[in-house]
Amino acid sequence: MPETDPISTDAEVASPAFIDKDLVEGEHSAASIRAALINRPRQDLYDYWSDITNLPSFMENVKAVDILETGRSQWTIVGPGGMDIQLVSEITEDVPGQRIAWTSSEGSDVDHEGWIEFKDNAFGRGTEVRLFISYDPPAGAVGKVVAKVLQREPRIQARRELRRFKQLMETGEISTSKAPDAAPRGDRHF
Amino acid sequence: MRALTWHGKHNVQVDTVPDPQIVNPRDAIIKITATAICGSDLHLYDSMIPGMSNGDILGHEFMGIVEEVGPANTTLKPGDRVVVPFVIACGKCFFCDHKMPAACDNSNPAEKADASEVAYGYAMTGAFGYSHLTGGYAGGQAEYARVPYSDYGPIKIPDGVSDERVLFLSDIFPTGWMAAENAQIKPGDTVAIWGCGPVGLFAIKSAILMGAGRVIAIDHHPRRLELAKQNGAEVLNFHEVKVREALMEMTAGIGPDSCIDAVGMESHGFSPDNIIDAVKQETKILGTDRPHVLRETIMAVRKGGTVSVPGVYGGVADKWPIGAFMEKGLTLKTGQTHVQNYLPDLLQLILDNKIDTTDLISHRLPLEQAAEGYKNFKTNQNEWTKVVLLPH
Ligand SMILES: [Zn+2]
Ligand SMILES: [Zn+2]
Repeated sequence: MPETDPISTDAEVASPAFIDKDLVEGEHSAASIRAALINRPRQDLYDYWSDITNLPSFMENVKAVDILETGRSQWTIVGPGGMDIQLVSEITEDVPGQRIAWTSSEGSDVDHEGWIEFKDNAFGRGTEVRLFISYDPPAGAVGKVVAKVLQREPRIQARRELRRFKQLMETGEISTSKAPDAAPRGDRHF
Repeated sequence: MRALTWHGKHNVQVDTVPDPQIVNPRDAIIKITATAICGSDLHLYDSMIPGMSNGDILGHEFMGIVEEVGPANTTLKPGDRVVVPFVIACGKCFFCDHKMPAACDNSNPAEKADASEVAYGYAMTGAFGYSHLTGGYAGGQAEYARVPYSDYGPIKIPDGVSDERVLFLSDIFPTGWMAAENAQIKPGDTVAIWGCGPVGLFAIKSAILMGAGRVIAIDHHPRRLELAKQNGAEVLNFHEVKVREALMEMTAGIGPDSCIDAVGMESHGFSPDNIIDAVKQETKILGTDRPHVLRETIMAVRKGGTVSVPGVYGGVADKWPIGAFMEKGLTLKTGQTHVQNYLPDLLQLILDNKIDTTDLISHRLPLEQAAEGYKNFKTNQNEWTKVVLLPH
């Protein structure tokens, strides 16, 4: 059998991470990238995101964000099993209207890295938003539990947070069917 | 409040549950004055649709009086009478902007959207009372309902028009209308419609209003066939004739210009392929849907014709007659109903007395008897053609 080249594409993929898995896996054990098309001007989306005190409005697991000093902020996140995870986040890159990247500082419970990019859609369909999230769990016994959760968490988190961000930006609210919209339900929720 | 809740296969009951409340700024709370049981509710009743939880409130065809509105809602006010579309749509995303509210990107909550994204390759749009795949929203077979994005979907009803005349704007009238529109009917065309349930009947009425020369309706329940006849269709009983042969005979060997499958995934009938499909559906291993009618429409429609599918399909189908589909050069159009698009025009048709929307109603029950309504609508489809529930 002749060797076959890996499947490739000549089409332009906006982030190389979508076609090169290594770039997603990166140096962290759990990582994910996700894209969404948002029907709002790029600058509006960037402005909302760059004020990080806005982020808990659509990030479900974030309890609090406290600004420390320029580019640094203290995050309290609800971790697996209900325990709080503390994270000091540092902005490593800020291209106004286009891109924000961050990383966790020393002393954080989780080694974390992420970026978000905003790009005009070439066909006038609003703004293309790409979100990258990656984590390394802490060491030790607790770390093992966290690691297990984090293997899937960034993937779910990236798509749900981007979805909520899109809902908030496009409609002014975040869709929900949680009580009190209805009766308490049985267990089989997903 | 009192509401009809789902508790498993063929088990629904009226329970006391907490009242809904305003959660989001564009919400409204509706006091429900009339609500209907839909044929597609029977797929939930039969446990054919995954993603149901114990205690889920069913019902997606409802109307009522606005009780309360959220702070960002500038179009509705308490006291307004409204019909609520079964599709929940935001009115702001790419799809809503492009007149495809049934493809709305935002109305399925983020934590509910994962499942259908895996199953269908995209996250389904929100709908009332139709499983957690479509958002897990509480339905309208209840005294009250919370209506999200209520400044976009619901249509106001003028005074003096009875509930019964406008209730079906919530689903089956626009669904029948879109089925006929998707059938690409040109004046004088022959249209064959499988299924004379509520959607099939509205498809018949719509096709005639759109100028079809001839409508041929197919079912096996005498009462439903009679209703189809009263609405101007010629009828075929599939227990008495071979449907494709009869259609070929009636059209002098050409076939109908358009075929509409208003039956969907739980089609009846006793052809061999249908029995195999039924076994597969029961075992849940080999497949889910019973696409007998879909196959028959493709085989029966004329060359270059159109097949329109308003009937609900939820899973996968095999033995797809792709050869006939390609060689005959067919067009297939389908999809959940873009209810919001049609409401102003269809309301006008009702106000102008151009359509009778009430002749299919066979039973009117208090909400308390909803379980009885489900049971009979399921097991006695001949007599129970459409059930309206009255919660107050
Ligand atoms: Zn329906
Ligand atoms: Zn939308």
